[in-house]
Amino acid sequence: MTSVGFVWKNLYRKKTRTFLTFFCLFIAFLLYVALGSIAVVFSIDTVSGELGANRLQTSAKYSMIDDIPKRYVDEITQLDGVEVVTHMTWFGGYYQEPSNMLVTFPVDPSTYFRIYRELEISDEHLTAFLETRRGMVAPIETVERYQWKVGDIIPIGSQIYAQKDGNRIWEFELVGFYTPQQEGMSAVLLQYDYFEEANAFGPGAVGWLTIEISDPQLAPELAQKIDSMYINSSDPVRTATESESNRQFLAQYGNITLMMSGILLAVFFTILLVCANTMAQAFRERIAELGVLKTIGFNDYKLGMWMLSEAILLSVLPAIFGVLVGMGLLIAVGSTGAAAMFIPTPPMSVLLSTAVSSLALAGALGVLVGAIPALSTTRMSIVDAMHA
Amino acid sequence: MAFIELTRVVKNYEKGSEVVHVLQDLNLSLHEGDFLALMGPSGSGKSTLLNLIGGIDQPTAGSVLVDGANLGNMSGSQLAKWRSETIGFVFQFYNLLPFLTAERNVELPLLLTNLGGSQRKENALTALRTVSLEDRAKHKPGELSGGQQQRVAIARAIVADPKILVCDEPTGDLDRQSAQEILALLETLNERFGKTVIMVTHDPLAAEHAKTVLHLDKGVLVESGQAEVSA
Ligand SMILES: Nc1ncnc2c1ncn2[C@@H]1O[C@H](COP(=O)(O)OP(=O)(O)OP(=O)(O)O)[C@@H](O)[C@H]1O
Ligand SMILES: [Mg+2]
Repeated sequence: MTSVGFVWKNLYRKKTRTFLTFFCLFIAFLLYVALGSIAVVFSIDTVSGELGANRLQTSAKYSMIDDIPKRYVDEITQLDGVEVVTHMTWFGGYYQEPSNMLVTFPVDPSTYFRIYRELEISDEHLTAFLETRRGMVAPIETVERYQWKVGDIIPIGSQIYAQKDGNRIWEFELVGFYTPQQEGMSAVLLQYDYFEEANAFGPGAVGWLTIEISDPQLAPELAQKIDSMYINSSDPVRTATESESNRQFLAQYGNITLMMSGILLAVFFTILLVCANTMAQAFRERIAELGVLKTIGFNDYKLGMWMLSEAILLSVLPAIFGVLVGMGLLIAVGSTGAAAMFIPTPPMSVLLSTAVSSLALAGALGVLVGAIPALSTTRMSIVDAMHA
Repeated sequence: MAFIELTRVVKNYEKGSEVVHVLQDLNLSLHEGDFLALMGPSGSGKSTLLNLIGGIDQPTAGSVLVDGANLGNMSGSQLAKWRSETIGFVFQFYNLLPFLTAERNVELPLLLTNLGGSQRKENALTALRTVSLEDRAKHKPGELSGGQQQRVAIARAIVADPKILVCDEPTGDLDRQSAQEILALLETLNERFGKTVIMVTHDPLAAEHAKTVLHLDKGVLVESGQAEVSA
């Protein structure tokens, strides 16, 4: 047995209590990593970054799920200050199993890649996409995950759109792939022209528009102008900058960042109490024992450090598990379909900094709750301890 | 100079504004290899005296010299180190750590030495063999009888090979049979291994095992030579 072994055994002597404390902290840190990373993603604009500043997004006024007429694309393109307009439609795609969601958009290839310059595609693949009616391009990551090859015919199921014959399993030819230079935007892209012609609902509708404008300063003015153009039509729209639009979507659920901060604060206050209580109990139970150890010759400093180490282990160990599981969950959720579009896997840098800050927080928590028992251990006289 | 020499020792406890005078002007000298039984009524200051000799507590006045060391001049951490090398402690209620096996309890004082893991384990087993409890090495205190626990405690006290054993009512919580075993063990340690034993006891029969018997009454020591049965 070593000193470390001794601290370890001490930690586990009340198994149920230690387990419950561990579990409590595990959940807290799992929440912290998951919510914390997402909150960071919301507060910094990882989704669209600087590129998003001169992009507007136009969707149906009352619900993002509603369609808007395709002719809006041409009409908006006419406006002064508008450079390019492209459109996307939510296809509700999946591969093989309905549970295996794929974010899939029928798009207009030429305008789409003109706006989304952060998606790198070779000229060869872009040309092939432009020229192949049933063509499809996918992010390199998706291509690798499913081991697709350029030239493969890929069946993509749709939760929303059937073909004219009623069949919901569509077939597309993979003509290329692209490499997103930024996290977040990665969808399987289809030729809108073909989709428009083949789908059972008929032509003329798109999901939403992305508009590139010449000057970010024009954004508020243009957004208002566009909205007023259609205000009295049967399909009114709402326009916002792309980043704002992403936030608005999430704002349906409330002020997420604030809410999460509130939850996290409450959680940490609770685990602080739980941990402090565990350590205070551990200390009280051991007063006589600590007296014996001091009598035997263990010095005050060493015993105090043992107590402190125990508190730090008590908080850091479950934090490590919580952080690992939390990161795993985020990566798993981020790579499965629909959720990925609005709750993308936070970039590795965000994940890592959240992980590091969690562990630092756990360490600080350990020091905080261990300090008093450790100091009391150091100061306690043997005679008093043995009388206790 | 004697092996253990207490000169004009005074010990007071301060409780708020009230001062409790426990030991007054106490002198004591013991030679190495002695086996002292310290008797006296409850509250007479026996444990207090033992704490001073064992370097757990400091006198209010006077000097305590043990094996050449002047305990009054030592800092807390110096005393801790000195205790770990010089004194083995045995308590009335064994005071083993409940979550450690007998072997690990005995090994504990060796964590303060430079011995390696396997050497510590070997020494712990040797100490357990000395108290005839090797076969219980893997048992936790809760699985042992009182007498067995006290034998483990004695193994813990001797494992670092201290010169002095300080025992505060080591048989106080045991039946006659177990008490006899413990006393025989202390006698062996005294006679065969040359340990100086200082034992507080209320039991005249226990005191019979000692070479010297002293009575403490109201903070004053009264010598009574060979143990007299005077309950
Ligand atoms: N830490 C302390 N603070 C205040 N008074 C104390 C303290 N320790 C002991 N005393 C007092 O000192 C006196 C002697 O106590 P001590 O424990 O030495 O007695 P004892 O002879 O060992 O008694 P017993 O046979 O009951 O163990 C008692 O009056 C006790 O109340
Ligand atoms: Mg006593």
